[in-house]
Amino acid sequence: MDILDRTIINTLQEGFPICERPYAEVARQLGTSEQTLINRLQKLLDEGLLSRFGPMYHAERMGGALTLAAMRIPEKEFDTVSELVNSHPEVAHNYKRDHALNMWFVLATDSQERIDEVIAAIEMQTGHRVYNMPRQHEFYIGLRFRA
Amino acid sequence: MKSMTSHTLPCEVIDAIDRKIIIATQAGLPLTTRPYHLISEQLGIDALEVMRRLHNMQQKGIIRRIGAIPNHYAMGYKGNGMSVWDVPDEKIFELGQHIGALDYVSHCYQRPRHLPTWPYNLFVMVHGRDRDEVYDKVGEISSLLAENNRGHEVLFSTRILKKTGLRISP
Repeated sequence: MDILDRTIINTLQEGFPICERPYAEVARQLGTSEQTLINRLQKLLDEGLLSRFGPMYHAERMGGALTLAAMRIPEKEFDTVSELVNSHPEVAHNYKRDHALNMWFVLATDSQERIDEVIAAIEMQTGHRVYNMPRQHEFYIGLRFRA
Repeated sequence: MKSMTSHTLPCEVIDAIDRKIIIATQAGLPLTTRPYHLISEQLGIDALEVMRRLHNMQQKGIIRRIGAIPNHYAMGYKGNGMSVWDVPDEKIFELGQHIGALDYVSHCYQRPRHLPTWPYNLFVMVHGRDRDEVYDKVGEISSLLAENNRGHEVLFSTRILKKTGLRISP
């Protein structure tokens, strides 16, 4: 990463214009050319320094539902339960964490009712309780990753 | 200030055209000189209409923002800890805003407790170069919360079991 890559990452975390030639507009602000900006973005995506470039959608405001859920799974059952949980397409992320509650996953569905159904199904299939921890408040987020 | 209670949010309804635009852009914006015009051609929707709808969705908060999403791990932030805190419910709004505004915090949410197993109601994702840096920052949060910190833990992920991201299907 050189100085231009860093400037691009830092600047484009703040937003991107909606207009006919948005890359040209941002390039002008950065003192580079439209094509250079496009090429650099492609490179940053290819190298995996950016995981995505585009609109970030808000699931709940599109009418969908999202929750974080945790389970306490004995080590000898862990892989079997992990497979069962992951087999549900509604499970978007699933992480093993170093805690008594050792499996943490995000459920994304079209509706609140569907969240409850998937949780009930997982509890029945695995025989383990699911601790549902839906977000009640989201507080202001200050973070931008400085490149 | 940006804060809200998700279960009291009005459910913004998107129509069939918004939905097409979301599906066309949720993996990313085209890297061409006129990206919105390319989407317009792909969908057979007027370019000005595509831009107007994206703008409206941004105004309504359906789009949080348009921009770059760094892979923080690849950028050298190898320490990513989920810190969880037991703070008084009546003060969580004030405390959450304070902690969420810290520059090393990426997510800050209130979530329900499950007593006695899970006493924590404030979830704060903390990022640093390594685990030690995360622990240092968690120490700072602990100092900021002072007597309002009635207990906390930091959970690190040890394995990614699944990561498909959030997508709506066509």
